[in-house]
Amino acid sequence: MTSTRRRKALSAMVMACCAGSVLLALVPLGFVLFFVVSQGIRSINLAFFTHLPLPVGEPGGGMANAIVGTLIVSGLAAAMAVPIGVLSGIYMAEYAGTRLAGLMRFAADTLNGVPSIVIGLFAYVVAVLPFKQFSALAGGFALGVMMIPIIARTTEQLLLLVPGAIRDGALALGATRARAVFGVVVPAALPGIVTGIVLALARIAGETAPLMFTAFNNRFFSTSLKQPISTLTVQVFTYATGPYEDWHRQAWAGALVLVSIVLGCSLLARLATRRLERMHTRS
Amino acid sequence: MPRSRSRNQSRFRIGTGAFGLILIGIVFAIGIVLTVESLASMRRFGWDFWRTDVWDPVAGEFGALPFIWGTLYSAVLALIMATPVALGIAIFVSELSPAALRQPLVFLTELLAAIPSIVYGLWGIFVLVPAVRALESATPAALRALPLFSGPPLGLGMLSAGLVLAVMVVPFMSSVSREVLRSVPVGQREGAYALGATRFEAIRAVVFYARTGIIGAIMLGFGRALGETMAVAMVIGNNPRVSLSLFAPQYTMAAVIANEFTEAADELYLSALVEIGLVLFVITLLVNTLSRLLIWSMNRSRRRVTTRKPAAVTA
Repeated sequence: MTSTRRRKALSAMVMACCAGSVLLALVPLGFVLFFVVSQGIRSINLAFFTHLPLPVGEPGGGMANAIVGTLIVSGLAAAMAVPIGVLSGIYMAEYAGTRLAGLMRFAADTLNGVPSIVIGLFAYVVAVLPFKQFSALAGGFALGVMMIPIIARTTEQLLLLVPGAIRDGALALGATRARAVFGVVVPAALPGIVTGIVLALARIAGETAPLMFTAFNNRFFSTSLKQPISTLTVQVFTYATGPYEDWHRQAWAGALVLVSIVLGCSLLARLATRRLERMHTRS
Repeated sequence: MPRSRSRNQSRFRIGTGAFGLILIGIVFAIGIVLTVESLASMRRFGWDFWRTDVWDPVAGEFGALPFIWGTLYSAVLALIMATPVALGIAIFVSELSPAALRQPLVFLTELLAAIPSIVYGLWGIFVLVPAVRALESATPAALRALPLFSGPPLGLGMLSAGLVLAVMVVPFMSSVSREVLRSVPVGQREGAYALGATRFEAIRAVVFYARTGIIGAIMLGFGRALGETMAVAMVIGNNPRVSLSLFAPQYTMAAVIANEFTEAADELYLSALVEIGLVLFVITLLVNTLSRLLIWSMNRSRRRVTTRKPAAVTA
């Protein structure tokens, strides 16, 4: 009897530990969000969005160039990664059993695990060294490389969700495989694929390491793809590690903008997937 | 007609396959490009590069031992702190949590994973490091005599790096192990309960059943921790010295590349940094491949029809 009681007590204790670890993990999340929001709100103002950085040591100014830069570099990355990612995802789903598809899956998972700083080195050698010039293009290339495997795997998984009968129906009506895939299967999975792309964008927009020696940084407003360009993340890093109080203030403001982007995208994606799931369960 | 049809088919296959080949090509290209660029350093230093611990770019001396040490030390430290918490979360969410709480918890942990590294770094510098410094100052002198806690209380150092890494790795590890636990057949739990097991005993059976996959999940987290750059570079103190002390500022492979690459003026310096990157690439490749094999072998041994969820952007 006592042994049963002991077993039950032990069980309850372990359960409590599990619940405790959930709370423990939420503590840093709460802390990070609290500081980013409280410090960020105090620091953010209209100038942050509309002004350029001022010369070193002068308080004030903003990150208008960095915000535009992040948009440009992420856009370039998407332009490169979406076609490659989606089409290789289609191959992996359509020819799922083949050896090539297996190899692609392995390559995608591998690439996904490569540290972002290593991707930065790769992009430096491929896209900076030959032109002897840091550039927005090189930054977009680095982020694009990181984005490809995410999009490819998401596309593959979503296409596999589309009921086989839909595809077979198209084929039975005499459609070619390409017609069936692009006309029927892909559209059925499209909302999910777009959601996946948005999430991937949110993730790479927060990357710093691959940009430090590809896009580099630029104190001035630039939209040229062949020039170094400023990005939010690199700018936050520069300001956070710098010696000035006002720089720290702006770093917090930049962090708030970054976190809002990520949070907004995650929430949007969450809502979209919930709608999708409901659609799937109904059909 | 049949002929043009089959030509269409193969054109579709080749067209999409070509893009997949780009994906495969990139992985190979990374390995090749980094190897070629680090040849100069390999020729000059050979294996001594990884055995010596003097890093003095001005004098042209490059020994990468402190970086390997710092990378492994910080990752192992993070793992020790993160594993119990991550497993606790995974067990709670997959086995214990009321259904209504499950989705929000999954969402919150995913949110934790989505916060950019640079934000963790910023938080690390201005919030965590001062707290760690206070903790270090409050450490009793008797403890400070131990090599593990020696050195001045700077705040910036191995302990801060380990903590930041642990926070960053937990959500990733818990979401992978949650998936692993989900793939354990219900019969395992029911069998345990049928034998009169308490909740803990049933869960122990489930975890034991899933052990290979869970080890895989932990190793995936290890791979993440090895390659993490910005947050670590901002809090570890960036001092290339091999030290056992948690309080000592140290350095990691990823951090030295991030900090010094743009300053590296001469060919040899650049090449040495690229070689560090190459080794980091190879290590993470091995760790990730091994862990995927573990998870895969577990899923294969007992494949079960699970309902797949859309938008599985978990990695």
